[in-house]
Amino acid sequence: MPILEVDSLTVDIDGEVGRRRILDDVSITLEAGEPMGLVGESGSGKSMTLRSILGMLPPGAEIVEGEIRFRGTNILTSGSRRGYDQRIRGTGISMVFQEPAIALNPVMKVGRQITDAVAEHKGLSKRSAHELAVELMDRVGIADPERRAHSYPFQLSGGMRQRVMIAAALVQEPEVLLCDEPTTALDVTIQAQVLDLFRTMQQERGLGLLYVTHDLAVVAQLCQSISVMKDGRIIEHGVLQSVFDDPTEDHTRKLLTATPRIDDGVFAGTGGDASAGTSEGAR
Amino acid sequence: MGKYILRRVLLMIPIVLGVATLSFVLMKLAPGDPAAAYLGDKATPEAVAQLRHAWGLDQPMIIQYFQFLGGLFVGDFGRSFIFQTTVLELLKLRMPATLMLMLVSLIFAVVISVPLSLWVAATKSAASAIVSRVFTATVQGMPAFFVGTLLILVLGVNTGLFPVGGYGSSLGEHLYSLVLPGIVVALTICPVLIRSLTAALNDSLSAEYTNFAASKGLSRSKIVRNYAFRNAGITGISILGIQVGHLVGGALVVENVFAIPGVGSLLMEAVLARDYNVVQALTVIFGVLVVLVYLLTDIVYSLVDPRVRLGA
Ligand SMILES: Nc1ncnc2c1ncn2[C@@H]1O[C@H](COP(=O)(O)OP(=O)(O)OP(=O)(O)O)[C@@H](O)[C@H]1O
Ligand SMILES: [Mg+2]
Repeated sequence: MPILEVDSLTVDIDGEVGRRRILDDVSITLEAGEPMGLVGESGSGKSMTLRSILGMLPPGAEIVEGEIRFRGTNILTSGSRRGYDQRIRGTGISMVFQEPAIALNPVMKVGRQITDAVAEHKGLSKRSAHELAVELMDRVGIADPERRAHSYPFQLSGGMRQRVMIAAALVQEPEVLLCDEPTTALDVTIQAQVLDLFRTMQQERGLGLLYVTHDLAVVAQLCQSISVMKDGRIIEHGVLQSVFDDPTEDHTRKLLTATPRIDDGVFAGTGGDASAGTSEGAR
Repeated sequence: MGKYILRRVLLMIPIVLGVATLSFVLMKLAPGDPAAAYLGDKATPEAVAQLRHAWGLDQPMIIQYFQFLGGLFVGDFGRSFIFQTTVLELLKLRMPATLMLMLVSLIFAVVISVPLSLWVAATKSAASAIVSRVFTATVQGMPAFFVGTLLILVLGVNTGLFPVGGYGSSLGEHLYSLVLPGIVVALTICPVLIRSLTAALNDSLSAEYTNFAASKGLSRSKIVRNYAFRNAGITGISILGIQVGHLVGGALVVENVFAIPGVGSLLMEAVLARDYNVVQALTVIFGVLVVLVYLLTDIVYSLVDPRVRLGA
């Protein structure tokens, strides 16, 4: 059974120019432990898809049709924005946001931000929550975690903040991790390191990964399958290799040719040792 | 931090000088003569002249000005013409009630504004929005003395729950007497507080860090408390600091409505009698007070916000 199924999801939003369809019959099937790339041009609906999966659509948006199943159970309890089974958040599905600079609470120590949700759910003591935070920070490659846990976000570098967010997303051992361009806000050299971390975490934990990016080179390094979005629809889906080798849609072909390194370097590396650049892709 | 505070305190010197000069000039420009006012209509010109001499009012303006400034530096505000005592004595007598009223008002303002803003921002319910809007619009449209009189009638005269005026003689009585005037003064700053705090809460509730907190599965109450309120509260502190200036004005007016023997009523009498020294002293003191509160606000702000405290 797939771990996550988005089934014919259709979402409308009330905007300034009236009601508009932003997701149209979107279906995604993610197997347990499968890393999938979700690509598409700006405004195609990638972020809205992820936000739907977490039941966090913006005000004015409404799910008019479809189901989202986690381990076979529909988590949209009544089809509306409010009807979402919130117990899934953090424990079953969690998410890493694009900009760590604004996605962390500026006035709370990062150690506490990593564990506040799990501490609440499991009734952890302050002490054991702190120990857990330190352990996770160590796991995501933050040096001197004991001290860093007491830092505020502004005291950390961008890469470190993103590692904090990854730690916070993984602390409750979810089975699905959603990522919305999690490296775009980082320096090029840091991007590669963080990407490495994603790959390690995905493999170590057997995470189902739904990874949104503009950068097909990143998909090539990280993912086994790929879905392409355009105008709120999934226009192409398949195993990475076959989509890259033989895209059925013109639009996909265009995306592929817009990414410089697709043809040679990265491709060969889909199996594992991809070492190509990570940031020069189409933005 | 120490350096910063020192700089701010030094900055107060020109501000105090400015306020002092302004109050001096304004009093001299105002028509009327304290000696004539003191002696009444039937006084002879000789008697008036004599009194003016005794009070030093016949000296050249510039001498009077520097005497006034020199006095300020050593904490000597001169004598009150009409109360026949030093201004300092008068202040010792009257200031505590006013400061107490301001403190009580500040507490009421916070106690009213914070829960209401939280209710509006956190629930986003239609009911809360209506209550808040009606409340702020009503309060804003009514002058303090009117609200004061209304409260006196309803809660004082009709039900006898609260004293209708006066100040009592023990701390308990003081506080009891300050309930109604405290509410009235608080209401003068509540609309601005509620509006800014609600806006700040809304901002932080739609901030990305709140989204991320929700995505971790943190409960709504924890998000409101530790994410929205923590951030909005920091903004709230500076708004509150700024509003203290308005609180001073409100307190001075409301004291007269409730017959509280503070400096508000003193100021009224002193202005009417052209009691220069008293008016000037009060102006300077409140000027300093407001500036001090701003400084205090900045210090509290920097202690609460880690980005400032630890130097972002
Ligand atoms: N808060 C909102 N209110 C109204 N419309 C919105 C809102 N957020 C997004 N949209 C619209 O929904 C559509 C899908 O947006 P979405 O953010 O999912 O795109 P995206 O694929 O993530 O783009 P990008 O690559 O630029 O992040 C867009 O047309 C966008 O204009
Ligand atoms: Mg997006």
